[in-house]
Amino acid sequence: MNSQNIMFVILAVFIVLSSLATVLTKSIVRAATYLLFVLLGTAGLYFLMGYTFLGAVQVMVYAGGIIVLYVFSILLTSGRQEQLSRNTVGKVLASAALSVVGLGVFLLMLFKQNLFEQVAVLGAPSEPVGETTNSIASIGRVLLASGEQGYLLPFEAVSLLLLACIVAGLLIARKH
Amino acid sequence: MIHIEYILIISAVMMFAGIYGFLTRRSTLAILLSIELMLNSADINFAVFNRMLFPEGHEGYLFSLFTIAIAAAESAVAIAIMINLYRMFTSIGVEKLKNMKW
Amino acid sequence: MEYTLFILLLPFLSFLLLGVWGKWLSHKVAGLIGTLSLAAVTVLSYMTAWTYFTADRVGGIYETLVPYNFEWLPMGSLHFDMGIMLDPISVMMLIVISTVSLMVHIYSFGYMHGERGFQRYYAFLSLFTMSMLGLVVATNIFQMYLFWELVGVSSYLLIGFYFTTPAAIAASKKAFIVTRFADMFFLVGILIYGYYCKSFGFDFDAAGFAEGSFMLPTALVLMFIGGAGKSAMFPLHIWLPDAMEGPTPVSALIHAATMVVAGVYQIARLFPLWIQYAPESLSIVVWVGAFTAFYAAAVACAQSDIKRVLAFSTISQIAFMMVALGVCMPGHEAVIDAHGSLGYMASMFHLFTHAMFKACLFLGAGCIIHAVHSNEMSAMGGLRKYMPITHITFLISCLAIAGIPFFSGFSSKDEIITACFNYSPVVGWWMTGVAAMTAFYMFRLYFGIFWGTENKELHAHHTPHEAPLTMTLPLIVLTVITVGVGVYTTLGGFLEWGGSFGSFVTANGEDYTIHFEKQVAITSTVIAILAIALATYIYKGEKQPVADRMYAAFPRLHRWAYKRFYMDEVYQFITHRIIFARVSKPIAWFDRHIVDGFFDFLAWGTHTLSYQIRNLQSGSVQQYALVFFLGILLVIFSVLFF
Repeated sequence: MNSQNIMFVILAVFIVLSSLATVLTKSIVRAATYLLFVLLGTAGLYFLMGYTFLGAVQVMVYAGGIIVLYVFSILLTSGRQEQLSRNTVGKVLASAALSVVGLGVFLLMLFKQNLFEQVAVLGAPSEPVGETTNSIASIGRVLLASGEQGYLLPFEAVSLLLLACIVAGLLIARKH
Repeated sequence: MIHIEYILIISAVMMFAGIYGFLTRRSTLAILLSIELMLNSADINFAVFNRMLFPEGHEGYLFSLFTIAIAAAESAVAIAIMINLYRMFTSIGVEKLKNMKW
Repeated sequence: MEYTLFILLLPFLSFLLLGVWGKWLSHKVAGLIGTLSLAAVTVLSYMTAWTYFTADRVGGIYETLVPYNFEWLPMGSLHFDMGIMLDPISVMMLIVISTVSLMVHIYSFGYMHGERGFQRYYAFLSLFTMSMLGLVVATNIFQMYLFWELVGVSSYLLIGFYFTTPAAIAASKKAFIVTRFADMFFLVGILIYGYYCKSFGFDFDAAGFAEGSFMLPTALVLMFIGGAGKSAMFPLHIWLPDAMEGPTPVSALIHAATMVVAGVYQIARLFPLWIQYAPESLSIVVWVGAFTAFYAAAVACAQSDIKRVLAFSTISQIAFMMVALGVCMPGHEAVIDAHGSLGYMASMFHLFTHAMFKACLFLGAGCIIHAVHSNEMSAMGGLRKYMPITHITFLISCLAIAGIPFFSGFSSKDEIITACFNYSPVVGWWMTGVAAMTAFYMFRLYFGIFWGTENKELHAHHTPHEAPLTMTLPLIVLTVITVGVGVYTTLGGFLEWGGSFGSFVTANGEDYTIHFEKQVAITSTVIAILAIALATYIYKGEKQPVADRMYAAFPRLHRWAYKRFYMDEVYQFITHRIIFARVSKPIAWFDRHIVDGFFDFLAWGTHTLSYQIRNLQSGSVQQYALVFFLGILLVIFSVLFF
């Protein structure tokens, strides 16, 4: 049991509990907070895998940006305690059953099919992963390359999308 | 000894928690939170597949990056809509939104 | 001969014009449009006839011309064509139709004056003329059938012209249903013919005829049933007397001169087939015709409505034509020769002469009805003083139909009776007897209208007067034709001139010089004169003691004849008591409860189910998502476990 495994167990328990809490809590502000925990835990997983840049983006954009946006809007729309009214009991049961069954099917499939027998387990990388394939420099090169392996087109598309979203957000939310 | 399955289980739990939330929440903002949960679980899968199955590649990595960007865009627009809704109905309860009936 | 297309096109255009824009035209303009287009058609028809009959014969016969023929509906190896075919009988029919139709158009100016729907009337007349012309120039049996149905429709429309009168509506419906019923057999016959003989055309030497010929008798007899329906042969005659509910000029055009002879024309058209492949079946035509001729003549003797008398007389005369066609016999090796097929020429000849004098009789009857406002003979009597022109023309036409020499009916009827005697003396004498009855009832009618007791009471109230010129002119023209043709052919027959009717229309197309068999001619003339004398004796006087005594002696016979031997009642019984009650009602029940019930159940099921399903369409996104995920799960399940 090395430190990596310990870290993974802690993260796993943290993420699972937080994500369950996100959807089960009654207060929406708490839900947002739990979501923040989930996102941070995910960032931890990325770090564990050696994807430091991705983890950093996760923390900055998701945890830092989006969650703050959510909290603001929750406050704007008077984040009341969410009531589960009586007519939704059936819905809750059906949804719960669906989710549990779905999860069960997924797990069953995962273990029955033995898809990943050959795959090496995640150990401590012999050399730092970031240095070779997924260093920030190589990510940057790939993102801005226009060749066969390049991601310039999706990159530009996403930047356009973001621009469109800024405009759309302004347009929709402005006062008439 | 972290097997790939372990991480997939985590993401699966996250995914189905998101589905459950999507189906049961009554506030549209809470539904959005559930959607973020689901998106995040997909991100984890992309990253972990890249890391464990194709360590030399970076497709999954970049997909995760793009997904984060798109999630940001999506929540920006969605929140704008929510605010507009709130102005119209003084509530963001999903039960007000029945217009898909017609 | 390209201009023949206009013979069909002009009446059709005038039909469209009057039918669509008639409402905005004045009566006068509408009538003029119809009449002028018909006049043009008449001129074209005469031109066609002139060109056709003055052309040189090829191999002793007039060539069959086909100025137009295009493939309309190809169906595998078979195809329906539309076109124009000119041969002696179709050209002859063009003349008959256009002449009578023109006369009727002119006549209607006076007769229909001021009627509501005057424009509609002329539109229908144009439609009828177009269809009838199309029927006679058809290049194939299918085109003939098409126009055959079109004349049926226009007949229906014109019988029901006074559509506010229940009797007219019933009559039009009856005519349509009865003829449609017969036409069903016609269609079946056509299909059998087309299927086995691989052709619909009238060129009977096409490939494939010989091997299909074993079905030809069946096909021909089925087609004859269709023809019998249109030509009002017993027992399908019941519609024609009722058809007299239509305007009288219509009766003259459709129900005396042109449409009702379509059945005769059809047999004549297919005559080579009858002779070559089904000579035995021709006896059916003979017996149906002979019985109908007698039956109709017997009924005509007892009717009191003058139009009914004329209607039954028409049935009887058409039956004459049928008999004449039926008595034709194949010559050596089934070829058509002049002797065996004399009846063909006689039939066409009678068709021609009958069209003229019967149209004249009907138009005359129209004048009389116009004058006294009634169809009943009791309202007439002694009209000769008031209506001299009608009187004379009517008398001449009566003489013609009675078969008096020097009037057109004599020549043609004499040829028919000669042909009958060639076939069998029984048929010959039978038809001579019917001819005598014809003379009798026609003069009974004549005396009843123009002589006899005058209905002073009615006439004082409303003095009868001669019809206007538009109505008398057609009478005079038709009478002149009757007399002219009569004198020419009678002299020609006795002196054996060429250039008579036989020079134009014969069964095999060769020139035939009409000559009378002295014996037959003398016998039939004497018998006709005797019958007329008898009628004069009984009906001419103011008092009619003989007639009264005869009523007293045979009251039942008179009533039976007056009621047309209860044929309509028989039909009523068969259709209502047997077909409707025993067959249609159970079927209707089955349809209403089982068939409809099944569909009602389907509708009910769909309705109920959709009310259940409707709840799914709640508009709630979360519910949709639930179903969506459920679907995904199911798909995953099915992929995993099946």
